[in-house]
Amino acid sequence: MSDKVTNIVLVGVGGQGILLAAEILSETFMLAGFDVKKSEIHGMSQRGGSVVSHVRYGKEVFSPMVPEGEGDILFGFELMESYRYLSLLKPGGTVVVNDLCIAPPAVLVGQETYPADMALKIQELCPDCLLVDGQNLAIEAGNARAANTVLLGAVSKRLDIEEKYWIEAIEKMVPKKALDVNLKAFQMGRGLK
Amino acid sequence: MKEILSGNEAIARGAYEAGVKVACAYPGTPSTEILENTIRYREIDSSWATNEKVALEVGIGASFVGARSLVTMKHVGVNVAADPLFTLSYTGVNGGLVLVCADDPELHSSQNEQDSRNYAKFAKVPMLEPGDSQECLEFTRLAYEISEKYDTPVLLRTTTRISHSKSVVNLGERTDLVREAKIEKNPAKFVMLPGNARVRHVVVEERTVQLSKDGCSMPINRVEMRDTKIGVITAGISYQHVREALPEASVLKLGMVHPLPFDLIREFAAKVEKLYVVEELDPFIEEQVKAVGIPVIGKEIISICGELTPGRVRKAFGLPENAQTTVEKLPGRPPNMCPGCPHRGVFYTLNQLKAYVSGDIGCYTLGFMPPLSAMDTCVCMGASIGMATGAVKVLPPEERKKVVAVIGDSTFLHTGINGLMDMVYNKGAATVIILDNRITAMTGRQENPGSGHTLMNDPANAVDFELLCKAIGVKNVRTINPLDLDECRTVISEEMERPETSVIITDKPCVLIKREGIFKAGAPLQVVDESCTGCRACLKIGCPAIEWIPSSGKKGKAHIDPLLCNGCDVCSQLCKFSAIQEAK
Ligand SMILES: Cc1ncc(C[n+]2csc(CCOP(=O)(O)OP(=O)(O)O)c2C)c(N)n1
Ligand code: SF4
Ligand code: SF4
Repeated sequence: MSDKVTNIVLVGVGGQGILLAAEILSETFMLAGFDVKKSEIHGMSQRGGSVVSHVRYGKEVFSPMVPEGEGDILFGFELMESYRYLSLLKPGGTVVVNDLCIAPPAVLVGQETYPADMALKIQELCPDCLLVDGQNLAIEAGNARAANTVLLGAVSKRLDIEEKYWIEAIEKMVPKKALDVNLKAFQMGRGLK
Repeated sequence: MKEILSGNEAIARGAYEAGVKVACAYPGTPSTEILENTIRYREIDSSWATNEKVALEVGIGASFVGARSLVTMKHVGVNVAADPLFTLSYTGVNGGLVLVCADDPELHSSQNEQDSRNYAKFAKVPMLEPGDSQECLEFTRLAYEISEKYDTPVLLRTTTRISHSKSVVNLGERTDLVREAKIEKNPAKFVMLPGNARVRHVVVEERTVQLSKDGCSMPINRVEMRDTKIGVITAGISYQHVREALPEASVLKLGMVHPLPFDLIREFAAKVEKLYVVEELDPFIEEQVKAVGIPVIGKEIISICGELTPGRVRKAFGLPENAQTTVEKLPGRPPNMCPGCPHRGVFYTLNQLKAYVSGDIGCYTLGFMPPLSAMDTCVCMGASIGMATGAVKVLPPEERKKVVAVIGDSTFLHTGINGLMDMVYNKGAATVIILDNRITAMTGRQENPGSGHTLMNDPANAVDFELLCKAIGVKNVRTINPLDLDECRTVISEEMERPETSVIITDKPCVLIKREGIFKAGAPLQVVDESCTGCRACLKIGCPAIEWIPSSGKKGKAHIDPLLCNGCDVCSQLCKFSAIQEAK
């Protein structure tokens, strides 16, 4: 096992299920035999504030926080939040981002406008960017609420971890009745080019 | 067995393994999840106390009769519990007692950034500081041993990045030497009158000296020799950032941050060319090391404010920063009250009435944010009522009427009651609004003495706020529906006019309460496009379900997201054109 630590940053809006996705990632890496650390600020996660979670794995991980400019993958649940945290990504890092805009309070009340062309701007700064239509793919898989799992599938394809560990983690963390849909959503995400 | 646990989960596990029988706390970020996890272990009696002082006193009571107890709180909670803590230091314990205090550098979710390590020195009790979840478990177990061996309460300090980070933990077994409780009288030790306390003070001073000496050989105070050019003394989360940023540096990792093992520090200092202390917040270790005559660099290069990150440590040591992508400025995304939150209508009304709002801490503090913009002060839990009394004492009569204190149910029971009693007793003519949403919402919906259930989920007495206020002596007590804007306006303005203390209690629950039969969402509303004139009146309450669509119609129109709307009906009361109606 090399000494390299792999860094993943998950960003989005409180209530989007970011913390659960970060749990599944961490569980997968532990099952695959790595040291794992995960850090997040969730005091305000339920009130629609911006949420960031750091997940790191490798032979030995020290800080639970991804050092600025060392993120290998930015796993984005919402476009503006993904753009906001690009500074955590290393130059040439990978972005997997949900094609979704959620208006923040100042935009809701018409004081500011949602910044235009977020997806394009992300792609300009990070050419290795996969834009995922999470919502529609999840509906195709059988449930709109499985969008995160589609994204997770896409992220999994970009990491060198055996598929069986992902499946095992999903089976452990996702409620029984939603499992089939989520496994299907995961595979759809994995299939994305 | 291996599991990924947060620091808080690992502390709960450690307490279980250490044979703890009683766990008591008042919720507060980032400490809350410790008690939410001790309830997984039937062997532990876990409970929410009304406030941190009571929580500690419950722990002390259990300890004095022989059981091991755990008490947890956020950093500012220790201010509330400081009174028993300082004298507990003198009495010492019977069963081990561990007080977890969770600091919040960077103020992710707090009103100040105080460094609780100062309490260890001030109260003269040992403090352990774990650096990851495995240490959270092990240090908790060890803290009980130290507590009983040295006859002292032990502080276990975490920070947000320890409490809320997860890492891999090896679990152990619950000790089979669980201490049984029984009455043992020992007044010389447990009755702190001057005669007894004078004797105990000497014991406390000797204990600190002994701990400092023994600390030099405790495995949790660990020297890691690498390159000797740089030596760093560090502890807790800072250790992790140092290892990340300065992998070659020699390190003295302190597991016990009070009292300091000075001989060990001297030894380490002698082995390295240049000595540093890397610590978040105050120069707590640094000043003590300097005071014993060891030259060391600390706050010269590291900020007293905020938390550390690997990048900030690197920068402090003059190492090149990583290349970073810079992005243009974006609209912020602050938190907001939920759609249908019962607090919203009250703050809209207070804004309209131009009240001077003496605020408090809870979800309702978000009433400070635009467009509600109706909170003028916020200092600490329970302060709203006392501050209102003080303001009314000195304001001219026409301004006095504007003073309104707002306080949540949990906060009122925490430390608001005393303020209200004082207001009545001293004839303070202000209006107090108790926002009773039936839960401690801000910290993630914990039960409280007003909510009718305990932490262990047993039904419990629910405080009758109206009766309580009357018993205190408030003559004018009225209960209102906070979702009815006319009622809010009429009642609040009438009570503001009254030259006497009055209390208004709101009676609608938090929309996130899951327990059956408490919150019921109404049918979602929708904006009828043809009727919406684009007047923007509905935007004044800042409900996240209502979005302004600038491109709709000539002036723009409002739109309600049916998936977010909880059907509280507040927005429709603002619409003069009846454009907001039940969705068909
Ligand atoms: C001394 C102290 N303890 C704990 C906290 C953490 N805290 C902030 S607000 C709050 C409770 C708020 O509950 P409530 O007053 O019922 O208002 P709600 O959030 O339900 O609107 C708590 C526990 C704190 N800030 N200070
Ligand atoms: S959690 Fe409850 S009290 Fe807090 S903002 Fe939401 S509805 Fe209001
Ligand atoms: S009824 Fe109006 S104010 Fe209430 S939740 Fe729905 S959109 Fe928001």
